[in-house]
Amino acid sequence: MAWLVCGTIPDASFPLFHGTGRCDPEAGLLHLEELNPLPVQRGSATLVAAAFLAAECLHVPAPHVLLVGDTGDGAGSRKLYARLADMLGQEKSGAGYAGLTFHYLFPELDGHNRVLAALEDCEPKPLLVADAGFMYAAKMSGYAQSYDLFTPDVGELAFLADEAAPHPLYTRGFLSAGEADVPELAARAWRAGNAARNLLVKGHSDVLVSEGQIVARVSEPMVPALEAIGGTGDIVAGLVTALLHSGLPMQRACRAAARAARRAGALAHPTPATQVAAIVPYLATALQQTLAKGEPAEEVHVQA
Amino acid sequence: MSFWQRLFRKARADESAPAPASAVPVRGTSLERGQVELGFLVFEQTGEVLAAERLLKKQGFAVEVKAPPAALRKGCDMVVVCPLMACLQVQSLLKAHRLEPLDFVPVSDPLLEPVSLFQTTDFGDWFMVRAANMKITVEKASGRIVNVSGGGCPDVPYLAGLLLGRRLDEAEEPALKGQTLCSYALQRAFEEARRQWHG
Repeated sequence: MAWLVCGTIPDASFPLFHGTGRCDPEAGLLHLEELNPLPVQRGSATLVAAAFLAAECLHVPAPHVLLVGDTGDGAGSRKLYARLADMLGQEKSGAGYAGLTFHYLFPELDGHNRVLAALEDCEPKPLLVADAGFMYAAKMSGYAQSYDLFTPDVGELAFLADEAAPHPLYTRGFLSAGEADVPELAARAWRAGNAARNLLVKGHSDVLVSEGQIVARVSEPMVPALEAIGGTGDIVAGLVTALLHSGLPMQRACRAAARAARRAGALAHPTPATQVAAIVPYLATALQQTLAKGEPAEEVHVQA
Repeated sequence: MSFWQRLFRKARADESAPAPASAVPVRGTSLERGQVELGFLVFEQTGEVLAAERLLKKQGFAVEVKAPPAALRKGCDMVVVCPLMACLQVQSLLKAHRLEPLDFVPVSDPLLEPVSLFQTTDFGDWFMVRAANMKITVEKASGRIVNVSGGGCPDVPYLAGLLLGRRLDEAEEPALKGQTLCSYALQRAFEEARRQWHG
């Protein structure tokens, strides 16, 4: 079964596209069938590029993508929500998707709820991964626990833990939330029904949380400049997408994605001025090194 | 002490602090709770909220953007809060600029406020300013914006493309083309980065 990635391209003229493609990492371009190549800069194009490259390494089919142009007014995202709800409605009795990853989409409750309602009817139920704007909508909807994985950073975890906040902009304590607060924030978000079953919290250390409890951390290699580089979180979401599609269990997929993203960053020797396109060529090597000899399980420090 | 205990203790301390310079009364009086009756303007699109706030502040009205009450939320929402006394003037000005709110509602309960603090990280030759979920990184020597990260709304990659490579003193403000709450956060980070770079 295929995996579907849903997101936006920051170009209002970009059409609603459903298909697949490939990434040319050296040229920093995403090739989507008959469309003009897209630069891999940040956002959903980067997530899709990472997922394509990882799928190739893992010998699984490239994910399908459902992408649309949206520069912020939400019009493109609304088209995508409507199309996706229709597609899922048609899929429910046949071979559906193994999983879906939702990314930079206008956070709109109505659109989110239409899609989730269509997903509820799918049998078997696909794995659901959400990041960025769609994760915000999922939390606000009150149905966060219908998802298998969210990939917030520490500030966004504070947003998930604040039951009153409809968007990270309104989160109490957004900036004062530190890595030491992750256990409490994760537990609170889960108890309030505002977190997915699993969280991969991106930070100085990446923290994997399962049903509100910390189960693993990935801290090495430590590359502080990566925090400044737009698109590094998109790489993590793209890698975990392909790893889950390859059949890896959730926790192993998250650990490998976190580790491989860090390793690719280290291989690029970045400064805070480096662009994410300079990291993308190292993804395949980083993923292969990470998966060799069961390395992630040995290096992760599992909490008691 | 837990994160939430620390947080709310800090919030109480902040409430007793003197009003910041930005709270000095301007046209339409101040927005301090208890002194003046407030209302909020509801718009169809967040982009209209941002444009209305920009216009009204430019004209000297004491307005703020906040989250709408839970019952009115659709997703990426903001409302413009202004004194009830200034309501007619405000609506008239907005209409003249083709910004017509869907509704004007008296404030009956406290509304959530946007994050107003900043976090700065020093990377040697660069510094990074974070406002809520948005980060902007600037080369100290030139003031050139070298990276924009964070956020989740679809205008973030679009605005990042417009800002990258530009100097802080020549770049177009994110609020001019931004249409979401993430763009509002990016605007705040941009303003703070510009303030810090100018020293």
